[in-house]
Parts: sequence; structure tokens; C-alpha cells
Amino acid sequence: MAIDPKLAEDLKSQGVHVTSFESLINWGRASSLWPLQFGLACCAIEMIAATMAKYDMARFGAEVFRPSPRQADLMIVAGTVTKKMAPQVVRLYNQMAEPKYVIAMGACAISGGPFKDGYNVLKGIDRFIPVDVSIPGCPPRPEALLHGLITLREQIAKEKLLGRTRARHADPNAGAELPVPTFGPHDLEPTFNPDLWNPPAITRHASES
Amino acid sequence: MISNPFMAPATNPAAPELDEDQLLHVSLGPQHPSTHGVFRMNVVLDGETVVSLKPVFGYLHRNHEKIAEAVTYLSSMPFTDRLDYICPLTNNWAYARAVEQLAGIEVPERAEFIRVITAELTRLINHTAFVGFFLGDMGAWGSALMYAFREREKILDLFEDLTGARMMSNFMRFGGCRNDLPAGWAARASELVNGFPRFLDELENLIIGNEVLLARTQNVGALPKEALINGGITGPMLRAAGVAYDIRKAEPYGIYERFEFRVPLGETGDCYDRLMIRFLELRESLAILRQALAQLPDGPYINPKSKVRNFKPPVGEAYARIEGPKGELGFHLISDGSVNPFRYRIRPPSFINLTLIEDMCLGLDLADVVVILGSVDIVLGEVDR
Repeated sequence: MAIDPKLAEDLKSQGVHVTSFESLINWGRASSLWPLQFGLACCAIEMIAATMAKYDMARFGAEVFRPSPRQADLMIVAGTVTKKMAPQVVRLYNQMAEPKYVIAMGACAISGGPFKDGYNVLKGIDRFIPVDVSIPGCPPRPEALLHGLITLREQIAKEKLLGRTRARHADPNAGAELPVPTFGPHDLEPTFNPDLWNPPAITRHASES
Repeated sequence: MISNPFMAPATNPAAPELDEDQLLHVSLGPQHPSTHGVFRMNVVLDGETVVSLKPVFGYLHRNHEKIAEAVTYLSSMPFTDRLDYICPLTNNWAYARAVEQLAGIEVPERAEFIRVITAELTRLINHTAFVGFFLGDMGAWGSALMYAFREREKILDLFEDLTGARMMSNFMRFGGCRNDLPAGWAARASELVNGFPRFLDELENLIIGNEVLLARTQNVGALPKEALINGGITGPMLRAAGVAYDIRKAEPYGIYERFEFRVPLGETGDCYDRLMIRFLELRESLAILRQALAQLPDGPYINPKSKVRNFKPPVGEAYARIEGPKGELGFHLISDGSVNPFRYRIRPPSFINLTLIEDMCLGLDLADVVVILGSVDIVLGEVDR
């Protein structure tokens, strides 16, 4: 039930704040994201720089880096995910408690980046875990990480907790864990999670020979 | 385990009195706040004492060497930034030197000065960040690192003006540098260099007399000189044990002969010496920077004869090395006369300095393993490549 905005404004001037339970919960969740202290490669240095004095991620309530996935809400995939590391990343994601969010920081985490041609490099972490915000750059500047964080906060503020369009973590029927790939003899098995990512369809035109 | 004649037999993990049922197997990493990335150690503990430690590499193996064999010589330059991502400019320099040696390219004087200045500024970044991370490994998470990164940002601002990027500079070219110093850059660099000793005093006063630091680092992780030399250890770790080996002095490259600086040496080679040697080296780097900035000549910043398109060095091989902030950084290139190298091999200091980690940790507590790993100063991008 929507509140008359004029009435809400009048009440606010008298110190009475009227809001919905949903916005209150989302406000709390968005304002205190605890990231997982988890650096993979070069981007991790810029992630650390973002938490330090000059950029000060604490202004956005996200400075409490937790080494344990059990205590973290936000996974910042900062760096190249190799095929050897991908199972551990998915396992860490599974160990985090809901609600949980993922930021793919940097070109490598998004698509493999400059190391895309490598035989051991995963071409994007979105093949295995759902990514909420992607930050391009190699590495992204700390300001870009802060912008990604603000974008994530805006997304969280819009989350629905009830109804057909509710968020994944509010759905009791959603699966609790994602399948963890194994490091096989040639490639990861499976090479991607079909529930999350579908390979783009390649249309080949018959050559006129 | 590695059979090491310098290791005391009491620390042999195969000692028969150990009861296999009582041993505790711990996997440290790959996700661990003190492994500096995605390094993993399989540690076997008898109570609290380490009886075996097996490093597991490869969680950041990005196929740099294989990719480099498929692309042109210059295309590998951005990849060298991402090797040791705390100090990209020294990696650039080592690779540029290898190609210059292979193709016989002369470097103009001004370019050599710019290279020395950027390399020593990189050493400032690396060593201050080392102090911050090392203190973080001991539990002082935050405060020392805050000071280190505050100064790092000032140097990164200089790098950004010079190269266009904060971290991934891609600045050196075969025969010089990509662009000249911007107007006023040298004056601002001098200002930073003159202000840096004040910061160093502040940081030293903050941490050096601390009793916890002394208790955690002194007499921890020392190895005899012979073991370090046989293990191929280079850089501050070797000099902390008292071996006077610095490539800037032993085999002067660039224009390092022109500058007056000392090579600081430690005595015992424990973690405390490894920390202090960094402070002393920072002061020597500042001395080099002061001289280089004062003597900076005019002239071209790149050899005008150097070729960018269709660059094909003659058939042959070359190995060039520099004293990187972490130790000897070398590039070995084999050319078959085509546009891309036939073989491209990196000699990474962090990886080779890490090979003696088991010998340093045996017989100590698990908590010391984290301190010793921190004192080696590794960057996983360079270890796994």
C-alpha cells in the first residue's frame, strides 16, 4: 500500500518517518555490505587501495572485509579466475550466507581480459556464479569500484521481497547451492553452468565456393 | 621433502618418533587473508609445530609465457606489467633490456635517466607496500598499510601523469621510453623525494620499537648464507643474510655506475633483518633518485632508429637481468628471426625466493609460517605467471 507522498512529507517534518518494511530492510542491507577479503590478482591491489585513506570505501559502509565467507555479503571477484581456481571461487560463493551479491571487477573476471587466449584462464566468472555488477577496466580505478558499489546499492534498494518478481534470496524454492565444477583433465567439467549462462549462438553462413 | 645438507636433522619431518595419527594436516589457502593472493600451503602439524610444508602453485597461472610466443615482441610489453603488479615499471625495463640486447639497440642517455627514476620510484612503492602487508600479516591489519598506501598514492599520481595509468604503465619501448616527462614532472618528483624521508621516519617510529614486532620477527626464519646462495635466492632476502650481492653493483646495467649508493646488509637473515633491510634500501633509493633528478640531461627519450612496425630481431638468444625490488628479474628470449619470440622465459624473483619456504618454516609454529611467507615478499602474478 503506497503512502501519500505529501502526508509522508508532513510527518517527516514532525520527526515521524513512514516507510515500507521492504525499503527498511533493503536500506539496511545496502548500507552495510561486508565484502569477502578475497583477492585473486592485480585488481586486488586496487581493491585494497579503494579501502585505504584516499578513496575510503568506509563512506559507503563496505569497509569490513571478512576473511571468512560465512560472514560476508559481497564477493568482489578481483582478478583473473583460472581454471584451477574456479572451483574454489564457486565453493566460496556457496559458503556465503544469503543474501549475497557478486561484483566482477576487471576485464579478467568479466571475460578473461588480456589473458583470454590462455589455456588455463576462465573466460568470465559469470559462467558459474550470478554476477550483479561488472566493472570494466584493467584494472579499474578505485573510483570505478566505488561506482560499482553505488550501482549495487541502488540495485539492492529496488529489490522486491514478495510477489512474483521477488529477489532470488527471498524465494524459498530457489536452489541453495550452485554446482561446483571439477578440474578435469582437459577443461573444467562442466565448462559452464547452463542455468546461469548460455553460450551465444554462432550462425555460420555457407561460403559461396 | 628437499634434502638440504644445511638443514639440521632434528627438523626432518620423516623422523620416526612422529605418530601419524596425531598429526594435523592443514591446507592454508588458496583463499586466506595472509597468502598474498591465491597461494596454498599444505602444512602438517605436530601440535603447533610445523613438520612438513608443501607449497601448491598454479592458482594464478595465466599462460603469460605461452601467449608471448604467439604475439609480437612489443605486444608482450603490457603483459609484463601484470607479472609483478605492484611494480610494473621494473618489469617493463627488464623486458626492454632483453629485447635491446637481442636486437642491439642503443638507448639514449635521457631515456636511461627516466628508466632509473621510474625504477627507483617503483622500488619505493614496493618496499613501503611490503612493510604494510608484512605488518598486516602479523595482525596489525590496517594502520601500517594505511600509511604505506597514502604514500603510494602520491607516487601513483606521478606515474599517472607520466604513463597515463596508475598501475599498468606499459611505458618502456625498445630503445627508450614511450613519451617524455611532462612539464614540471621532475620538479614534482623532487618534491616527493625530499618529503619521503619524513614519512620514513614516521613509519619507522611507528613500528620499529614495538615489542610484539620484535618477538614475532627476531630469530624467525633465518637460514645460513650457503643455503640461500645454493637456493638461488636474490634481492633483499639474500642481502638480509649478509651477502653483498646487488646486480646494480655486481653487473651495473643502465647508468647505475654513475650514482653513489650503498648496499645495505643484514646480519642474521631473520624476518626482522628482512624488514629492516627494506627501510635501509628505501633510503638508498632516495639517494639515487636525488642524484638522477639533479643530473637529468636533455636529449631524445627514445632511439629514433628503433623500429615499431615489422620489428624482427636477428636470430639468437639473450638474457638480460635487472635488480628488481624483489630480486633478480631476468628475461630469456630466443629469436628465430620472425616477428614473435621462439621462446620467452621469465626468471621471476618471487618464485625462486619462495622455493626455500619449507626449510625456513620447519620446526617453527604455524603462526610463524605466515610471518615468514610475508617476509619473502611474493606477488602471485609473478610466482605463477
